[in-house]
Amino acid sequence: MKILVPVKRVVDHNVKIRVKTDGTGVDLANAKMSMNPFDEIAVEQAVRMKEDGEASEVVVVSVGPAQAQEVLRTALAMGADRAILVVAEGRVEPLAVAKILQRVAQAEEAGMIIVGKQAIDDDCNQTGQMLSALLGWSQATFASKIEMSGGSALVTREIDGGLQQIELTLPAVVTADLRLNEPRYASLPNIMKAKKKPLVQQTPNELSVSVAPRLNVLRVEEPAARASGIKVGSVAELLDKLKTEAAVI
Amino acid sequence: MATLLFADHDNASLSEHSARALGAALQIGAEVDILIAGQGAAPAAEAAAALVGVRRVLLAEGDALAERLAEPVAALIVQLSGDYDTILAPATSSGKNVLPRVAALLDVMQVSEVTEVVSPDTFKRPIYAGNAIEVVQSAEAVRVLTVRSASFTPAAAGSAVAPIIAIKPPVAPVLSSFRQNLLSANDRPDLSSARIVVSGGRALGSKERFEATINPLADKLGAAVGASRAAVDAGYAANDFQVGQTGKVVAPDLYIACGISGAIQHLAGMKDSRVIVAINTDGEAPIFQVADYGIVGDIFDIVPQMERAL
Ligand SMILES: Cc1cc2nc3c(=O)[nH]c(=O)nc-3n(C[C@H](O)[C@H](O)[C@H](O)COP(=O)(O)OP(=O)(O)OC[C@H]3O[C@@H](n4cnc5c(N)ncnc54)[C@H](O)[C@@H]3O)c2cc1C
Ligand SMILES: Cc1cc2nc3c(=O)[nH]c(=O)nc-3n(C[C@H](O)[C@H](O)[C@H](O)COP(=O)(O)OP(=O)(O)OC[C@H]3O[C@@H](n4cnc5c(N)ncnc54)[C@H](O)[C@@H]3O)c2cc1C
Repeated sequence: MKILVPVKRVVDHNVKIRVKTDGTGVDLANAKMSMNPFDEIAVEQAVRMKEDGEASEVVVVSVGPAQAQEVLRTALAMGADRAILVVAEGRVEPLAVAKILQRVAQAEEAGMIIVGKQAIDDDCNQTGQMLSALLGWSQATFASKIEMSGGSALVTREIDGGLQQIELTLPAVVTADLRLNEPRYASLPNIMKAKKKPLVQQTPNELSVSVAPRLNVLRVEEPAARASGIKVGSVAELLDKLKTEAAVI
Repeated sequence: MATLLFADHDNASLSEHSARALGAALQIGAEVDILIAGQGAAPAAEAAAALVGVRRVLLAEGDALAERLAEPVAALIVQLSGDYDTILAPATSSGKNVLPRVAALLDVMQVSEVTEVVSPDTFKRPIYAGNAIEVVQSAEAVRVLTVRSASFTPAAAGSAVAPIIAIKPPVAPVLSSFRQNLLSANDRPDLSSARIVVSGGRALGSKERFEATINPLADKLGAAVGASRAAVDAGYAANDFQVGQTGKVVAPDLYIACGISGAIQHLAGMKDSRVIVAINTDGEAPIFQVADYGIVGDIFDIVPQMERAL
């Protein structure tokens, strides 16, 4: 079984972003960029499944600018076998990403796609579900465990009230949650080796997908700031403030 | 045209998220139908029918719908979609699981986690863990939205009763099947809708100390218990306790953060709380930047003192 893992290049999770003063977006100039943390978890899962003999090959794919090659190389250093970069500049919405991934999955005849549950920049939490719908495959979102048995996969999902187990017929799309695993760090020798692994480039045009955005971003605003608070010296003072000033208890 | 609200429920009862999503749906202005997909879900449908502002409740029942798996529910919503120009759901694990699938089948882009309805086609939503707010306009034929329940006031339960109409779900191929739910046993208020939340972080050190320190204060206040990702990853609290960018988003009247540093991913889930209290030994911890009241001190000392003094 071939596993496809889409990986997205996003602003590093440690970067505190700033809204541009003209309201046109977020200022990412010179910001450190990394692989979306959920996608690291997805890559780790696929690589472990290959190591356990459950997968034959791990192919990583990114939709983004030329620099997205860096996150693909990171994935290759973690143990993925090959990479595909679908070059697209600017805003590519989840629906277009899902359509691109659909074409790639069909061409690759993938048996499973492991996607991050959400990208930490746009926080859409859509791509995996959309991809599963377009392919007509089974879907398991927010996975914290994947167990393979024959032609199916038992997936434990993190839901609002706790956990849920569902069984998927393959092929399937699974979206990775935080507790699926702890991703490895690529070792130096593996980083060197990754430089020689195959990475091919395609364009959305070649896949007959239009990436024109469907939503119109009118502006991007600064969130409302909280008024600054105070430090209190004792529990008695705190409870008094909560009772009289804030009236919450 | 009208709005279809895919409700969050567990067959036996309707969740508060549904009433809040109805609050958002009514702001759009069109008439609202509520879809209850489930099995043995008449009680949830009756609760939905009693909400003020509902035109009709559509009740679709079947074994495949009992646990609201994404594939059959999405097929059902697509079948109904012709009568609606807005389809929305609360951004709960169920709404987030199903609606993007619907959007893709209808070939439209979804707007996720709406926090404000600006006009029927324009919405605000947070991006970058709430560090920026995007104002987006959807020109799609059908607008598909998930709404963040903490941002909307719930529609009231009234005395008017909307009609409940039984509908037949479409026959869809069975792609996945339900095995079991492992739900956290918990008799405290629901974390996402509680009036007060007491949350613990990595500083709690173990599951035993987490429970011995946080639970008594939460019980005294009638509060829900929350946790940081670090506390959940370390096994001090269950996954459904996680508050943050990738956990639950809460906006209670009072949020008490105990031994939580205040990473942006955690703040994304609680910074819209009305009053925030932080207890931390490190006076420079970022949590104090959003706290209305802070105490620099040891949680193992301060939290029990608070519990005793209440
Ligand atoms: C240069 C640049 C500029 C941008 N400017 C804007 C902007 O101004 N406004 C704006 O809203 N967005 C902008 N984007 C982001 C773009 O719109 C997002 O890729 C798209 O909205 C997807 O949303 P999401 O990542 O939140 O999806 P989600 O559904 O949250 O993503 C879930 C998962 O899907 C997969 N996935 C998603 N996207 C990709 C991808 N591109 N390649 C591979 N796998 C993927 C990953 O596994 C990911 O974990 C920009 C992107 C780039 C590269
Ligand atoms: C992709 C991604 C998603 C994430 N999603 C989330 C999310 O949804 N929710 C979330 O919470 N985090 C999330 N995180 C993790 C986040 O970045 C932080 O690592 C996490 O919130 C830290 O938890 P903490 O504050 O409990 O621990 P720490 O940062 O270790 O803070 C512990 C605090 O306790 C204080 N302390 C220690 N001892 C005591 C004592 N005896 N009394 C009082 N104070 C004490 C310390 O001063 C410190 O400030 C995410 C991270 C990533 C990369």
